[in-house]
Amino acid sequence: MTTQMTKQPSKYQLVCGLEIHAELKTKSKMFCGCQNDPFGAQQPNIYTCPVCLGMPGGLPVANKQAIERTIMLGLALNCRISLFSKFDRKHYFYPDLPKGYQISQYDQPFCYNGWVETSQGRVAITRVHLEEDTGKLLHKTIEGKKVSLVDFNRGGVPLVEIVTEPDIKSAEQAKELAQTLRQMIRYLNIGDCNMEQGGMRLEANVSLSADGQLPDYKTEVKNINSFRFLEQAINFEEVRQAKLLDQGQAPVQETRGFDAVKGETFSQRTKETTADYRYFPEPDIPPLRFTPIQAEHLQASLPELPNQVLARWQKEFGLDPQLIHRLVISISQTQLLDKVWQKAQEKQVALNKLAVWIINHQKIITPQITADQVMAGFLNQTQTEQVDETKLTQVINQVLADHPAEVKRYLAGEKKLLGFFIGQVKTLVVSGADIAQVSQAISRTLNN
Amino acid sequence: MMVFLWYQELLIEMNHKNLNSLTLVQALKALADKQISLDEIYESVNSAIKESQKLNIYLTLNPQARVQAKKAYQAHLPLAGLPIAVKDNYCTKNLKTTAASLVLDNFIPQFDATVIYRLKKAGGVVLGKTNMDAWAHGSSTETSDWGPTLNPRNPKYLPGGSSGGTTAAVAANTCIAGLGTETAGSIRQPSAWCGVVGLKPTYGRVSRSGIVAMASSTDSPGPITKTVEDAALMLQQMAGHDEADSTTNPQAVPNFGQDLKKGVKGLKIGLLYSDVPELKKVMSLIEPELKTFERLGAHLEPAQALDPHYAIGVYTIVQRAEVSSNLARYTGIRYGQDRSHLGDEARRRIMLGTFTLSKGYADRYYTTAQKVRSLYRRDFAKLFSKYDLLISLSNPGFAKKVGATKGEAMFGELEDMLLEPSSIVGLPGINVPCYRDDKTNLYLGLNIMAPMWREDLILRSGWAFEQATDWNQWAKAK
Repeated sequence: MTTQMTKQPSKYQLVCGLEIHAELKTKSKMFCGCQNDPFGAQQPNIYTCPVCLGMPGGLPVANKQAIERTIMLGLALNCRISLFSKFDRKHYFYPDLPKGYQISQYDQPFCYNGWVETSQGRVAITRVHLEEDTGKLLHKTIEGKKVSLVDFNRGGVPLVEIVTEPDIKSAEQAKELAQTLRQMIRYLNIGDCNMEQGGMRLEANVSLSADGQLPDYKTEVKNINSFRFLEQAINFEEVRQAKLLDQGQAPVQETRGFDAVKGETFSQRTKETTADYRYFPEPDIPPLRFTPIQAEHLQASLPELPNQVLARWQKEFGLDPQLIHRLVISISQTQLLDKVWQKAQEKQVALNKLAVWIINHQKIITPQITADQVMAGFLNQTQTEQVDETKLTQVINQVLADHPAEVKRYLAGEKKLLGFFIGQVKTLVVSGADIAQVSQAISRTLNN
Repeated sequence: MMVFLWYQELLIEMNHKNLNSLTLVQALKALADKQISLDEIYESVNSAIKESQKLNIYLTLNPQARVQAKKAYQAHLPLAGLPIAVKDNYCTKNLKTTAASLVLDNFIPQFDATVIYRLKKAGGVVLGKTNMDAWAHGSSTETSDWGPTLNPRNPKYLPGGSSGGTTAAVAANTCIAGLGTETAGSIRQPSAWCGVVGLKPTYGRVSRSGIVAMASSTDSPGPITKTVEDAALMLQQMAGHDEADSTTNPQAVPNFGQDLKKGVKGLKIGLLYSDVPELKKVMSLIEPELKTFERLGAHLEPAQALDPHYAIGVYTIVQRAEVSSNLARYTGIRYGQDRSHLGDEARRRIMLGTFTLSKGYADRYYTTAQKVRSLYRRDFAKLFSKYDLLISLSNPGFAKKVGATKGEAMFGELEDMLLEPSSIVGLPGINVPCYRDDKTNLYLGLNIMAPMWREDLILRSGWAFEQATDWNQWAKAK
């Protein structure tokens, strides 16, 4: 169990809601055919076209896969699905926004009225909507001159926005909620949520209430790029706002940034200078309609979700919830482990012990590995001794010499071939070898 | 055999100098029969362009036109390499596209608009890019940063707009056929003023992809031609679903030539806006012409429609809102020149559109306008439950003199009043010449409208009218 952080007792109750942006994993961008791979791009501005560059005559065409994935996420967050939905234009000027507006959703999001469970209670989800990401600005000095460059590889990448109700009562709960959402997006395999690269961005709306009522102001802390910073930012705001309230001052409605070095928030702009986005329905994309049957079909096609897996594994296999929590990270891993638990039951292996072993050997879970191989790995390691290092090295060298093409591919970055080498080594001589030991030895040899 | 005789006479009558006045259908036939060569047509067209230079019709000529024409002709493509005048808001690959604004003075597109792509594939050749109101903002060509085009019928007068360059190009026989775009009147109004045929298809019939956007929810690219039959032929090549434009109709395009000559017998036609006070004088001029429909066996009667004056407000608000959004991309950061190069009309529209979408005003203006738009939609649905076709004047009167727009910020909106109600709901319509004033040589145009996706009905009745009256100089096939 997580321990309650010791904070000075306050006469104010935190009132906090989150707005979370996550880039969706899709083949192409949100409104054009360009490849959606901003982090894999070798050069700036290679995944661009007249549509995502905002050239004259370029028209957006909505990405079906992105819409399906947004609805899938909404359903996983217990949302209702809008049978009538549309895109809207949100206007503001910034050099990384080529059209002068962002295509987003204003009053008819794809999903609304959902909820997420946390250890400190349920948090309602207001809405889940879909929009496009902006380009990326780079501020550099070239030949002594300060310049701003813009890379549009990210411009037009599908971006999902999750907005919660102000149900969050502690910084810790906010952090847990954000982590749960990231886990869900990763579990559904619809986004990578890489925080460092900006694949997931957090914003917190923070205010304090003395009487349990919703306060008439809020501060918006923007551009937070880690869960730890989210917690820090909310804690800082709690202290700052309480001080103001104690002095009889009302905190102003404003947007604040977060300084990660100082661990403090700072004022960016106040209500008076708030942007007017001049939303109106995107005329280039007809409204989207779903029939109740289509919505039901989408609901039915939803995979088994982490909390459902948790309940089932507890019931069917008697697994410890703490262990399950660490193992349910993706649909594919869940499917693999389902088979593993069945085999383990057949062989009368202690399931919780096996689960601990898998958590400690998470690296062996590759897309290629089978349930039998996992079982074998576990049994070998727990039932056989460590293999003689000299013998192992000999076998590894032989295997690598026999498969020069695979070695070349592995060295070129195809890391999943490690599984292949492990299999070869094991079938050749060292049948009962500890997978972790073999794997480490192969990696070591290959990387030298 | 009468038709054949006429055709022979026509060819004899035409020396090489005026092959430029052939219609698309005539030129295709003459080429197929090897009566004339494509080179002869181009020479004739080029000399017409030279002679009409003072009219300021073309902004850019395509230096590759004849090379491309030869290729298309040799490939036996349906449009045989014939020269098409293209409004300068269609993106043309490797050919400057300015939308008549200095902002795009140096802009060379990397791709063809879908319509251009389709026309080229069918053997059409972009002869040149025609003048227009800058960004298609206007009904005169006077907002062009390169000055107005003059009306070939009488150069003291304006050609109308925004597709005034193309309608003038057709009227002056400086091309075989042309392309325009209409948001509310921009094809039909200048076609009326120049005495040519202009078809505004149903919104979504023709792809907008690659066309500099004006008001996205009403922009409709369409053909501007010498005859109705030419319009049918052009529309056939332009129309159809486009994956690059989500608002295009996914259904198959009908064959517009099939029933073209079927006549109007038995059709019920409603006459709109005949009681609008400011139209009284011109209505009396065309009254005898309207009888043509009854002579041809149709039933014509005045129909009660929602007052078109309200549409001026609706159209102005919706269009300005979309304009303010669509022009936001022209910052000069990635291409083109910066916003200081925008003309007065564009600035006025951006400001008004920004205002009508602003917090606290959007409900009063933009949202209200959308509600009234729905009322017009309902009104037309009601009318079409009673009538097969609706007709009206294309615009309130004859062409206005050069300089007429000075100080008239609402010039276009008032000129296009009769076309705005149907345009804001997406209906198709055609302008056919229906009267000519002997003294000024200026024309009036008749606007024929049908329900959504029924361009076939419009073309059919337009063709019947054209054949039964004397106002179309090119439709002599009698």
